[in-house]
Amino acid sequence: MKGTVGFQAASRAIQQSSPDEMKRKLPRGSLRWRYLKQQIFFTVVRLSALIISLSLGGLILYITVQGLPAINWDFLTLPPTDSMTKGGIMPAILGTLYLTIGAIAVALPLGVASAVYLAEYAKQGRFIRLVRIGINCLAGVPSVVFGLFGLGFFVVFLQFGSCILSGALTLGVLILPTIIGASEEALKAVPQTFREASLALGVSKWRTIYKIVLPLALPGILTGSILGIGRAAGETAPIMFTAAAFFTAKLPSSIFDEVMALPYHIYVLATAGTQIELTRPLQFGTVLVLVGVVLGIDLVAIVIRSNMRRRKRW
Amino acid sequence: MTRQQKEIIIKGLFAIVAFVSVMILTLIVVFLFREGIPIFREVGLSDFLFGREWYPTYDPPSYGIWPLIIGSFIVTIFACLIAVPLGILSAVYISEIAPPAVREIMKSIIELLAGLPSVVLGFFGMVIVAPWLQETFDLPTGLNIVNASVILALMAVPTISSISEDAIYAVPQEFKEASYALGATKFETIVRVIMPAAFSGISTAVILGMARAIGETMVVLMVAGGAASIPESIFDSVRPMPASIAAEMGEAPFGSGHYHALFATGIVLFFLTLVFNLIADYISHKFKEVGSATL
Repeated sequence: MKGTVGFQAASRAIQQSSPDEMKRKLPRGSLRWRYLKQQIFFTVVRLSALIISLSLGGLILYITVQGLPAINWDFLTLPPTDSMTKGGIMPAILGTLYLTIGAIAVALPLGVASAVYLAEYAKQGRFIRLVRIGINCLAGVPSVVFGLFGLGFFVVFLQFGSCILSGALTLGVLILPTIIGASEEALKAVPQTFREASLALGVSKWRTIYKIVLPLALPGILTGSILGIGRAAGETAPIMFTAAAFFTAKLPSSIFDEVMALPYHIYVLATAGTQIELTRPLQFGTVLVLVGVVLGIDLVAIVIRSNMRRRKRW
Repeated sequence: MTRQQKEIIIKGLFAIVAFVSVMILTLIVVFLFREGIPIFREVGLSDFLFGREWYPTYDPPSYGIWPLIIGSFIVTIFACLIAVPLGILSAVYISEIAPPAVREIMKSIIELLAGLPSVVLGFFGMVIVAPWLQETFDLPTGLNIVNASVILALMAVPTISSISEDAIYAVPQEFKEASYALGATKFETIVRVIMPAAFSGISTAVILGMARAIGETMVVLMVAGGAASIPESIFDSVRPMPASIAAEMGEAPFGSGHYHALFATGIVLFFLTLVFNLIADYISHKFKEVGSATL
């Protein structure tokens, strides 16, 4: 232990002594060249970080500047009028809300319970590893494939038709692998000694999970789930054939009605119809609302996680 | 009810839920095949995969998805040419160079970029990148391979960056200290010690980034242009597989050859991403970094 500390200190000293001190000790030319190479490399690295930051910053700034003028109370509370060239986006906001709530209502209980089984109860063997690989792979399957599944299973096979229910279930299935993965990771991050301490006190396995493990894993589970919600709210491809309507005059009255949704509305306004240029302000307004909703959700997750990291005591 | 019985029941309930989840996820494969396989009664597998003509609405229709496969691969490869260096270098920045405060901000930026809905990025490509490309290079349309690749790269960067960062972070501190102790500069340590040690993780990152790009739908639907032919220049339009599925599923009559062909395209897409993911999983397990404990 002492040896390691000493070694760390020594290596820190070496790092801090460069470049000036080391220049005196070593042949000048080669060292200068090595630091020059380092400077060039660091510049390239910093540049790439800058490019990424500027892309995101520029994109958000542009959308905000272009979209803000379109947003007012009427835009948020009225349905589209004049074949979608005027009016607001209220039905789309509501539709996205319904679909997202539905998706999370399906995926959260299923996902967390499955993760508890996989991490706490299941015998860790070849079969469970296979299940895990399967879930992992499904998390990487393109969203349009989930859309096809939703169409084939919920819309056609179960005969729900294109409606809120089909769309919400499809989105739920889409984020299920993500939620299982994140929850399992959060459960595994709880130190084994906590479980052992609880079991040693005579507490049953379920009470240990319920009272000790789950509360400690909760922030991690929440982070993963909230990121999942953000994803569900912004996805377009899975709801195109399962739930989304081009335009509905009425608000949905049951879960078997089609709905408008923000992402699909953007797609429709930007690509279909003859008035694409005319409706640009509406498009930017809708984009801004969607970006605001999704990034807002993601920010909540990021804040929860950074708080969790700060408070972590083990 | 005794305590043991209660425990058994609870365990059983969790097992059932886990089983249901796994079943649902299995159903995805089942239904893709159920709806996709019938197309092979009309057209052979190799004609479907390598046929050069995709005219699903003609009479007689021809279902060759080769141009769609080529389209998918071209935009994915070009996107990776941009996203791989950006992603890996930003991971190096975050884990090795950035001051702690900047590091947290940069990580949030990557995460927010990952969270941007694809339809928004597609929209951005349509209203900003497309007109710019069209004017700068004097093209008939700005909706082409270049545009789609740039936007797809933006989508793949967060995947590549965050997984690479994990890999770099996992390199034991002792490796770096040993390198510094031998007098290596930080640059030499990063390139000769850290990167090789994190190589498997970084490869996984790149493969998963590619999987992300090849399956992305809205971006290629909105900015790739949609021409179902084999491109001759990087300013040509293409119609990658996801775009074809999303664009045509709405008008393909239920149960028609076109409908089944689109599901079969979905199967191809599914297998491609599956292979990418399995390779990534294999690499990350096979070439797992050895920590100091195993030395």
